[in-house]
Amino acid sequence: MGKEERYQKLRDIIKIYLPEDVSIDQISEESHFTEELNINSAHLVDIVLDVEDAFDITLENDDMDQMQTVKDALRIIDLKTDK
Amino acid sequence: MSRRVVITGLGVCAPNGVGLADFTAAMQNGKSGIRFQPKLEELNFGCQIAGEPLVKDNLINKYFTPLQLRGLNASGIVYGVIAGIDAWKDADLPIATKETPDWDSGIIFGTGILGVDKFRESIHLVDDKNVRRLGSTAVLQTMASGISAYLGGLLGCGNQVTTNSSACTTGTEAILMAYDRIASGKSERMLTGSCSDSGPYVWGGFDAMRILPRNYNDNPTRASRPMSASASGFVPGSGAGALVLESLDSAEARGAKIYAEVLGGATNSGGQRAAGSMTAPNNEAVQRCIEEAVQSAGIKKSDIDVINGHLTATAKDSQEIENWCTALERSGNDFPYVNSFKGLFGHCLAAAGSIESVATILQFEHAQLFGNVNCEDVHPEIAERISVSRIPTKTFAYNPKIIAKASFGFGDVNACVIFGKFND
Repeated sequence: MGKEERYQKLRDIIKIYLPEDVSIDQISEESHFTEELNINSAHLVDIVLDVEDAFDITLENDDMDQMQTVKDALRIIDLKTDK
Repeated sequence: MSRRVVITGLGVCAPNGVGLADFTAAMQNGKSGIRFQPKLEELNFGCQIAGEPLVKDNLINKYFTPLQLRGLNASGIVYGVIAGIDAWKDADLPIATKETPDWDSGIIFGTGILGVDKFRESIHLVDDKNVRRLGSTAVLQTMASGISAYLGGLLGCGNQVTTNSSACTTGTEAILMAYDRIASGKSERMLTGSCSDSGPYVWGGFDAMRILPRNYNDNPTRASRPMSASASGFVPGSGAGALVLESLDSAEARGAKIYAEVLGGATNSGGQRAAGSMTAPNNEAVQRCIEEAVQSAGIKKSDIDVINGHLTATAKDSQEIENWCTALERSGNDFPYVNSFKGLFGHCLAAAGSIESVATILQFEHAQLFGNVNCEDVHPEIAERISVSRIPTKTFAYNPKIIAKASFGFGDVNACVIFGKFND
């Protein structure tokens, strides 16, 4: 799976958690999940579970704490899937 | 300060009809919602039939966002949201704007136990040492107040938002709690009602108590037999009923359609004393509850035209009729008409009082009394106390002025509400 493909897959996961007034086009690699995309922080754990299922990886507690932005998520996914 | 309180919206998700139109037709025509449940057979239940609402996926999509539907595994929330949102829309009330809740609208929506299937899912994950996989909604779907919380967010209610729980009395009690809140001036509008989950994990305990009928698995629509000599236990059910209660001032100011008036009511407990126990009512308490309801409504005992009983189709039905006779000092031909809707959809447990109240109020709206089913053989102890002509077996045209509706629940708790035809 290439970098672009991973990014698209992650965007697809995130879009369901966006509030009504945030469109999928507002997602960029720099986006902060809660502060910029206004995703309810309670849903971060659901995004983690979806990422685990979609990429067949397991995230540790530290990974979850560090996952603040789309870029953070991609970095963690890259690390885990490259193993 | 005591203000008049009226009913301006109804919603229902019942085993014999989802939505007001289907439910009304089912009640008018005596259509049963009790069906054979293959899952209960598979699990070796004695009683393999139940009343469960048939909710299609495309209907659910109209009430929940794709995000809310993810991992949603709480049938009571689905039923309660459908009934609650329908009632709100039926009352023609707006949804609060994005920034500001409606401070004058609240919710009292009861349940017995919520999100049982979600809880089971969670238990398996926890036992597998996989607690981190529970997701963010395991709590929201299994907390009792999940139903009022979901409805509160969807509608933007800013007054009291809570859930009551008193076993099979829950739905009727919720209506009285909402009535009190509006009558005392603490709110203008309350969405009230109750819901109950479906499935083996809810109904299993009752099967184990051997209080469900076991001989009707191949004849489900005949199984629920309130007031019948051949009644052999209650058929378990599920679903939700919802009512919008509103101050008369608010209803009139916005020109709302008024279904009926809540004239008053009472709740009490028999304290599990005398004949009362965890599972049986103290008869004096039942009688007092009915009498207090009559007093609270400011009516005479002789004013009651119709009773919608608790009448679950167990050996207790005769005692309930006896209690109504004693409390109202009426019997024989002088007894009010009496019906039990459990013959058509079973005993919907925590949802019973609200679903049955919705049906009760529809009788004002359509100027009809809905007939009883499966009591062609009225129990001899009942026939001794009241004329069988007071137990209609077919729906007929009738213009009720005052209907008493009661529910009784485990824990020896009682509620009786008095509904009146609205006249200004």
